[in-house]
Amino acid sequence: MTEQRKAVALISGGLDSLLAARAVMDQGVHVEGINFYTGFCVEGHTHAIREKDRARPKRNNALWVAEQLGIRLHIVDIIDEYMDVVINPQHGYGTHLNPCLDCKVFMVNKAREWIVEHDFDFIITGEVIGQRPMSQRKHTMTVVARDSGAGDRLVRPLCAQNLPPTLPEQKGWLDRDRMYGFSGRSRRPQMALAAKYGFEDYAQPAGGCCFLTDRQYSVKLEDLWKTRGRREYDVDDIMLLKVGRHLRPRADLKLIVGREEGENRFLEGYRKRFVHMLPASHVGPLVLLDGNTDANAIELAARLTARFSKGRDAGQVTVEVNDRDGNSRMLAVRPMPADEIPADWYL
Amino acid sequence: MNTATIDARHLLCPLPVIRTQDAVADCRPGDHLQVVCTDPGVMHDIPAWCRVHGHEVCAIERSDNEITIEIQVGEAD
Ligand code: SF4
Repeated sequence: MTEQRKAVALISGGLDSLLAARAVMDQGVHVEGINFYTGFCVEGHTHAIREKDRARPKRNNALWVAEQLGIRLHIVDIIDEYMDVVINPQHGYGTHLNPCLDCKVFMVNKAREWIVEHDFDFIITGEVIGQRPMSQRKHTMTVVARDSGAGDRLVRPLCAQNLPPTLPEQKGWLDRDRMYGFSGRSRRPQMALAAKYGFEDYAQPAGGCCFLTDRQYSVKLEDLWKTRGRREYDVDDIMLLKVGRHLRPRADLKLIVGREEGENRFLEGYRKRFVHMLPASHVGPLVLLDGNTDANAIELAARLTARFSKGRDAGQVTVEVNDRDGNSRMLAVRPMPADEIPADWYL
Repeated sequence: MNTATIDARHLLCPLPVIRTQDAVADCRPGDHLQVVCTDPGVMHDIPAWCRVHGHEVCAIERSDNEITIEIQVGEAD
């Protein structure tokens, strides 16, 4: 009997990795999925925070893919190790702060370590040549295989026919003719293959797979680095950048303003880390103060808090100001008129 | 049979799933695990994770702010 070969597939939750894994399973290989959680993944997060998103089906797309395929999925927390990828990408950034090429190399390398540890034979990704501007050109395919150390144990079933034969093909574990030669940006071949396999309702990510491809998010992250004078972050920083309105009225003060109930509840979890305020006389948001909280900053923040409350047109709003030790006091302020808030305060 | 509790409050998905996964790795078949969470996303994600790994969700309890999911660890393969 021939030995059962085993492969791990990088599952992002999108269609391509679903199809790539399926194409290999069709050839009798045992496949398990691996999904890396960088902290920036669009997956799973904001959907649970914002009230308005609660009506939409909440699902983790990578888990959904695993269920469709009937395979195990290992979700790996790489938040800490990934920081170096974001902060010092050797191959630079894409359009925003997305270090796509370094990110791919990093993830394939992690998958390589995983297959060594678990005695698997090779790695599958859903990459397609020419699909995305930066990370999926033919040249970058070689870079990912080389720099990750995966070499010819890295198989891209959707474009395998356009690339040199990999080890599993040379050894006869995979039949090259039963893989594909997709290239370019068209999604039609993938959609046709999905239809052939009967996959429906798959996720269709618009930009990339993470917040780092988002302009506004990248602006907020740059701002964080600039004001701290250091390019660094921790997990709470990157979660908070996904939530609320961010305003910087002074170089040394940033406000995070909850936009609705779900966000206010989430921000409440940070009450002990930040001086925070909320309107007492009117309905309004929870606001966290990040930075200098001298008397002028408190006054300014309270007027802005009042501005985002239901009392925005009232002559006066009472705001509850809380310090990190749980002491609170009331402050009556005049809400800041909209035309006194310069557009560049909004990050 | 052991019952362990993990505190995944104030973590957003998929971190509660990852904490569950790590805790299950240290369990034996038949052990019970209680995961206490605040992100409503877990109501979908933890059962989905259990389905793909062959563990059983015994109960999901929801109070005002917290969700507790009880899992029975399935057979290892
Ligand atoms: S979009 Fe984000 S997760 Fe996807 S490859 Fe680029 S940096 Fe990595």
